[in-house]
Amino acid sequence: MIPWLTPSLQDLFIEAAWETLTMVGGAALIAVVIGLPLALLLHATAQGGLAQNGLVNRPLGLLVNAVRSTPFIILMVAIVPFTRLVAGTSIGTTAAIVPLALAATAFITRLFDSAFSEVDRGVVEAARAMGATRQQILWKVLVPEAMPGLIAAVTVTLVSLVGFSAMAGAVGGGGLGDLGIRFGYQRFMPEVMASVVIVLILFVQGLQSLGDWLVRRVRRR
Amino acid sequence: MSTMPPGPAPAPNQPAISLRELKRYFQHRGGIATRALDGVSLDIAAGEIFGIVGRSGAGKSTLIRCVNLLERPQSGEVRVLGEDLLALSDGALRERRRSIGMVFQHFNLLSSRTVAGNVAFPLEIAGVPKAERASRVTEALSLVGLTEKADAYPAQLSGGQKQRVGIARALAPRPRILLCDEATSALDPETTHDILRLIRRLRDKLDLTVLLITHEMAVVKEICDRVAVMEAGRVLEEGPVFDVFTRPHHPTTRSFIAGTIGHSVPPGTVARLPAARPGEERQLLQVLFAGPNSTRAVISEASRRFGIDLDIISGRIDEIAGEPFGLMALAAYGPPDKLQEAVLWFQELGLTVTPLAEAI
Repeated sequence: MIPWLTPSLQDLFIEAAWETLTMVGGAALIAVVIGLPLALLLHATAQGGLAQNGLVNRPLGLLVNAVRSTPFIILMVAIVPFTRLVAGTSIGTTAAIVPLALAATAFITRLFDSAFSEVDRGVVEAARAMGATRQQILWKVLVPEAMPGLIAAVTVTLVSLVGFSAMAGAVGGGGLGDLGIRFGYQRFMPEVMASVVIVLILFVQGLQSLGDWLVRRVRRR
Repeated sequence: MSTMPPGPAPAPNQPAISLRELKRYFQHRGGIATRALDGVSLDIAAGEIFGIVGRSGAGKSTLIRCVNLLERPQSGEVRVLGEDLLALSDGALRERRRSIGMVFQHFNLLSSRTVAGNVAFPLEIAGVPKAERASRVTEALSLVGLTEKADAYPAQLSGGQKQRVGIARALAPRPRILLCDEATSALDPETTHDILRLIRRLRDKLDLTVLLITHEMAVVKEICDRVAVMEAGRVLEEGPVFDVFTRPHHPTTRSFIAGTIGHSVPPGTVARLPAARPGEERQLLQVLFAGPNSTRAVISEASRRFGIDLDIISGRIDEIAGEPFGLMALAAYGPPDKLQEAVLWFQELGLTVTPLAEAI
């Protein structure tokens, strides 16, 4: 038995872990769904791309960079009106998903974009020579060929999201990070803090291993 | 504007590929332009293997990309099977590209797909139904002799095998034309030979027109019917391979050929040759024998006729496009005027005389 782990604290732990999972999973899902087309758009409109277009590429790149360079804690409070619009509230786990998803989308868009840049241009040229349309090149060449890089990008994003989610306590998002701050730090319970840290380390380690395993599976080189 | 129906059959004697006055400039930062193509015109007959040879930067890569418009010329005309490609809409151009297969130096296979998946790719793009796709893939793989590798991934193949997959992929949509972009430049000499033989066999079997670019004269010598030599965005000379090899006009062509069929004599050998007697001169010559006078005893005849000494350093017989020719390296000794007369006499007989390149 762990003496300090009272049944009520145990419940809090489980609840916090669930909140972290919800925030990280929800934000990552949104980030992938929005980030993938955005990254394809960014990649295709870049100089020398399939549909070179500076009028689309530059503002989009600027927007992505602006979100990425804003510290998450500031981003979170800065977009409160937007969060309220989307989630109906600006407080709680669901509400915290909004800024997390926004930050993660910008982050993953850049990572996806660089994964696409890793794809051999010759393969794209071959597809063009075969009469492939742009859509076919994007979905049948770029995405499958970049798959190892895309999976690695999702892994890195998930790991970063675990870190960001610890700040979600600031808007009442809960989660393990918040539990660590409130009990471990504010109520002087170092054992809670240590447990939170250990759980997070294991969680991140698990994510990374899973990601690496998937990358190895899809990489045919 | 072309109003031809899809997949037009070329009229008899009409070139399969016809390029007119192609110009393509690349603008660099600072306003300096590179002339990749500076007015190139070529006609490639249906069923021939046509080689374009040139050093890197000669414009041959841009030229081959203009045939399927991966690269658009700034001016000129591109006709493939009689159709003006530059007049086509994007959709119609994509359609036409499916009848022009292309093979690449670095194979450009999809690493995420198996061999069969790669060969099926152009068929998928073209919307060929799944059942037919499978049989076409099998057919294309058997053409290149790789049926047993259908389920392998490109990373598990050797360079030669990868290029066979590239060829099978190019042929799966049953094109009329095959473009080879330095298709053997990444391969070792033996594999190069195999791939070239395969390309020629497929040309014969499938009645393809093949346009290939290369920087290796040996490739041209081995499979081409006709050749064009390019430099600085221009065609220096073109003609049947035998003619260009045996009677090159341009110095660039000569230097290309020298490495392939020409003689070069090691400097040590040159040093050991006797020096010219006082008042006389020593010339090192390469004489190429082809045609009706190649069996005449020209060496001894020249020696008697002009009173000069001809020392044979080396000689051999070679073959280009099935036609034999003889090559001889000579050291000629005699008065300068007599030597010049002898060279002129050789040339009158239809022999090609060039100064022998020393060393290398």
